[in-house]
Amino acid sequence: MKFVGVTSCPTGIAHTYMAAEGLEQAARAAGHTIEVETQGSAGFEKLSPESIAAADAVIFAVGVPVRERARFAGKPTIDADVKKAISDGPGLIARAVAAAEAEAANPTAAPAGSPAPGAAALATKVEQQASTGAHIRQWLMTGVSYMIPFVAAGGIMIALGFMLAQFFGGKNGPIVVTKLYSLIPPPDPNPTHIVNIAANFNPGDGMHWAALLFLVGAASFAFLVPILAGFIAFAIADRPGLTPGIVGGALAFTIGAGFLGGIAAGFIGGFTALWISRWKVPKGVRGIMPVVVIPLLSVLFTGFMMVVVLGRPLKALTDGLTSWLNGLTGTNLVVLGVILGLMMAFDLGGPVNKVAYTFATTGLVAAAGTTGSTNLKVMAAVMAAGMTPPLGLALATTIRRRLFSEPERENGQAAWLLGASFITEGAIPFAAADPLRVIPSCMAGSAVAGGLVMVFGNTLLAPHGGIWVLPLIGNPLLFLLAVAIGAVITAAAVIALKAAGPGPVKTDLDIAEAESAQVVTA
Amino acid sequence: MALITENLVVLNLDSADRHAATRVLAQALADEGRVTDLDGFIADVRKREEQMATGLPGGIGIPHARSAYVTEPSLAFGRAPQGIDWGAEDGPATLIFLIAAPEGGGDDHLKILASLARRLMRTEFRESLMNAPDAAGVVDVVTREVVNP
Repeated sequence: MKFVGVTSCPTGIAHTYMAAEGLEQAARAAGHTIEVETQGSAGFEKLSPESIAAADAVIFAVGVPVRERARFAGKPTIDADVKKAISDGPGLIARAVAAAEAEAANPTAAPAGSPAPGAAALATKVEQQASTGAHIRQWLMTGVSYMIPFVAAGGIMIALGFMLAQFFGGKNGPIVVTKLYSLIPPPDPNPTHIVNIAANFNPGDGMHWAALLFLVGAASFAFLVPILAGFIAFAIADRPGLTPGIVGGALAFTIGAGFLGGIAAGFIGGFTALWISRWKVPKGVRGIMPVVVIPLLSVLFTGFMMVVVLGRPLKALTDGLTSWLNGLTGTNLVVLGVILGLMMAFDLGGPVNKVAYTFATTGLVAAAGTTGSTNLKVMAAVMAAGMTPPLGLALATTIRRRLFSEPERENGQAAWLLGASFITEGAIPFAAADPLRVIPSCMAGSAVAGGLVMVFGNTLLAPHGGIWVLPLIGNPLLFLLAVAIGAVITAAAVIALKAAGPGPVKTDLDIAEAESAQVVTA
Repeated sequence: MALITENLVVLNLDSADRHAATRVLAQALADEGRVTDLDGFIADVRKREEQMATGLPGGIGIPHARSAYVTEPSLAFGRAPQGIDWGAEDGPATLIFLIAAPEGGGDDHLKILASLARRLMRTEFRESLMNAPDAAGVVDVVTREVVNP
């Protein structure tokens, strides 16, 4: 048989090489061949991919973790201490022979592309015996738990950016901070005087700090959907799912499909990778399955689905909703406020939300300079409706902790600040984990908040900023009242639905979640 | 410079324990100017030894370290006919190899130590060292097997 091995030790000058020699002698004595990669101090020459592909089994005799272990994914693997190869090389070779024979007898035991046994794996929450419904919620929860740190980091930074911008830039600061700064060189000529923060950061300028926080937070937010999709796919297909999931999620982000598009990408990528990794392929191909075949085919298929199959209906939906909304101008303003509220909360930053938000900001531009116009009321309604989902869920996690999983409870704390800053994305982790109960609850609260703003006649001169643009809101106290009422309704609805619904996902997962939360924060 | 010289061979190492034995061999390295700070180097070796005892089956001990106090890759060799406990399960060590590697150092420098480590796994090599009549004989064996194979 043919084997490959890796040896290593803390100092990298003695045991590494003695172990390699021990394995080579034992293999030769037993009539096998082995190529050993010595990951020592004298540099290391990597085993060729061909050698790894041709090997019947892999022996790791190591004192420090194997470098680039993923190269060996899918191979039968023997894990041992480096001293074992020095004292008992023949024993390790015998174990490798047994593992190779077991693999040959039952090739499905380790599908190509699955991590080698004992590989340091990321945690998933998936229990094998669960029902389909429970599986789906566990897959979603895995994606959510990896996404939450990105939401918290990005959201809090953006909120702090608004805060600083208001402090240093006055009441229009939160508007300026999102418009006049970028991380790339501005167009030339530069009619709007955009400042490239990456090249010209000035520590003495408070607005530069605000812009830095905003831009870095926005960069973190760009990963919400890719990470959500990637780890849903990871929960479904293990490691092979990660690549198509992340790429599909990035495409969902780019085409504006929102977190619902990301969930779709996660499922498509995950199941594609799972299916391909279960193909029975000739031995020669097996070695390149995890590094070439599975990623290539699964990313290609997922990308095709996201761009070609999903892209066109998405565009049609966006166009249709936009023209429908434009046709509504002139109808009862309270009804319009309710409709906009429903749309804002439906997909929390996805295409429907974007249509409502764009409708409002377009009106804001058209209304520039005037006050009290309908367009400014629309903007106020949209912002109120975008603030209630995170606030309502933060409230719900505070008063009924037991209805939420540990990661959700942690996200609930950040959601206060995110909601107050009109960062609707703070609600996404809740919605992605349990869309059927959370989304209707959010829609109810946002609809009420949107309608109330119209009743109160609030106006807003800024496209974003939440409580940090209060000076730009007409009748700010009534505006806050509308937001508070909407948040209470969302919280009450989600508590009622979660308490009444079938066993919430967290009850059978409390332990796994506690462990996973540690992995996430580690 | 050579990996080992006659001055780095101790044919009758009768220290009470491995720490004393290590000090004798390290002193030889320091006397030859291959180790600039004896205590610093010994501390480095000891740190490595505490991670995992370096005694190995077949009666050998390989205390070793990469250390800033080492000027070039060197081997100090000791023969301890009465045996010194080096933490191996199958008994005390009779052949002690103190391997000193400089902290930085190019790959080429360290390759000679890799080659030495591989030879330690060969029974003939150990027997030749065990049976070498004198220090010059030990240096001959190492030079023939490791330095100019």
